[in-house]
Amino acid sequence: MEKRSGFNSKLLPYLFLAPQLLISGIFFFWPALLAVWQSFLKEDAFGLKTEFVWFENYKEIFHDSNYLNSIFITLIFSISVTLICLISALILAGLVNKIKAGKYIYQTLIICPYAVAPAIAGVLWYFLFSPSIGYIANILNILGFNWDPSLNGNHALILIILSASWKQISYNFLFYLASLQSIPKSLLEAASIDGATPIRRFIDIIIPLISPTTFFLFIMNLIYTFFDTFGIIFTTTQGGPGYSTTNLVYKVYVDGIVNLNLGGSAAQSVILMIFVSLITILHFRFVEKKVHY
Amino acid sequence: MNENLKTSNIIPHIILIIGVIVVAFPIYFGFIASTQNIESILHGKSGIIPGSDFVNNYLEILSPDKKILPGISIWRLLLNSLIVTLLITFGKTAISIISAYAIVYFKFPFQKFAFAVIFLTLMLPIEVRIVPTFQMASNLNLLDSFQGLSVPLIASATATFLFRQFFMSIPNELCEAARIDGAGPIRFFWDTVLPLSKTIIAALFVILFIYGWNQYLWPLLITTKQSMNTIIIALTQMISHDGTTPWHLVMGVAIIAMIPPICVVILMQKWFVKGLIDSEK
Repeated sequence: MEKRSGFNSKLLPYLFLAPQLLISGIFFFWPALLAVWQSFLKEDAFGLKTEFVWFENYKEIFHDSNYLNSIFITLIFSISVTLICLISALILAGLVNKIKAGKYIYQTLIICPYAVAPAIAGVLWYFLFSPSIGYIANILNILGFNWDPSLNGNHALILIILSASWKQISYNFLFYLASLQSIPKSLLEAASIDGATPIRRFIDIIIPLISPTTFFLFIMNLIYTFFDTFGIIFTTTQGGPGYSTTNLVYKVYVDGIVNLNLGGSAAQSVILMIFVSLITILHFRFVEKKVHY
Repeated sequence: MNENLKTSNIIPHIILIIGVIVVAFPIYFGFIASTQNIESILHGKSGIIPGSDFVNNYLEILSPDKKILPGISIWRLLLNSLIVTLLITFGKTAISIISAYAIVYFKFPFQKFAFAVIFLTLMLPIEVRIVPTFQMASNLNLLDSFQGLSVPLIASATATFLFRQFFMSIPNELCEAARIDGAGPIRFFWDTVLPLSKTIIAALFVILFIYGWNQYLWPLLITTKQSMNTIIIALTQMISHDGTTPWHLVMGVAIIAMIPPICVVILMQKWFVKGLIDSEK
């Protein structure tokens, strides 16, 4: 990177950077700073007076049982979706990589959900699982299972986990497929000659070789479940019943936009920003190590 | 090679077919529902093959003087989505390619600082700073405008990183040769860097098209007028929780709203895959 030849110009680089820096300044950094500032303020119920209250909002958040609950929900949600997606995508990718006929058709069909908006995924699954009209809900009913995500919190959680996983499998599938295709055939053949069964080969050779991809996908899935699933939750359960499917981002929305508790919502934003920063740094540490310039 | 040829060929296909059915099922069932009349859906009798109201339902949705929400036809919604998506796609590509070019091909004071600033935006997804960003857009009078719907989503740094990564893989000799030929930075960008970036731009187009088309939280906040809604927002507004949802039409609109991004992915699959794998960096 250091030795690259380039151009000398006083003005041009700034001109080229200006649009990006300008938009980032207006729509990223200023709002982020504003969030930090607002997180120290408290407004009275009529929005007439604001007071600087230091860490009061933060203290309140951690005494709010709904907030603590939404941390718990976010964890269950993220970990379930990540596990479901990693495992099923790996199985599908492994099989597609193995077969000869019909590869392209399977691949095309499996990646379709990637193109579907989270909000549409939510609408589709809400409909499928909607009591008395939904296809799957009716099957569950026939089996004697009293399914109702609008009353039962666990059912609602299962519904958003399934919808979110469905949308993310395609993404994981593509990365696993690319990663599996890059494993040298000779390595597997050598193991096979040494008498390793397909399962042994999978555990001893394939799993270690795809572990960087697994780590990358793990991070991406966490980010996805944290931030990109708003549309799914909004269209299926709206965070309910009660707070049973309100994750951290949904709570920022509910407190800030619906309940107009700006200080509390801003404090939650700041906590989330710290969390994303940690994840991003972790991710880039890892990528810088893996990629050699 | 010593495994039984027949079983090892059939079993993967069986599992894959089951997998594909599970993956395609929600979309397929949505389509089935869009070909039924509302009564059979409400009585849970939609079955697994298309019904007889396919033409009726889609004509009703697509007719320009039929309003799927008060005062607005599906064509206006699709147009809104298309405009916003293209603004995001082209805007993001344009500002990212030039800023990455500045970072890689120039030496200037504050270079490290500029890079760090762009890097920082990676850590601030719009979802976490939603309230202040909304206040900002509202102060700038951007509510209910195409700029308001697109510009705040344009700046994120992922595309800049992708271009930076790619530019660093372009051999130094190309730039040196251009300089010996007397080409300046703009000429080199236009004649060499831009043509070389064609495939990466194509890949980004697919990723950003899907990103823009599928946005939900931001358009939900920034639009107050029905006529500025995107198709995705309108779709979710058709659902009412008092049991009067016209499910046959909702599913038809859902299918129509999925078609553009799915077409983009299928038609440009090669670049899309390349772009996703590259953007890992």
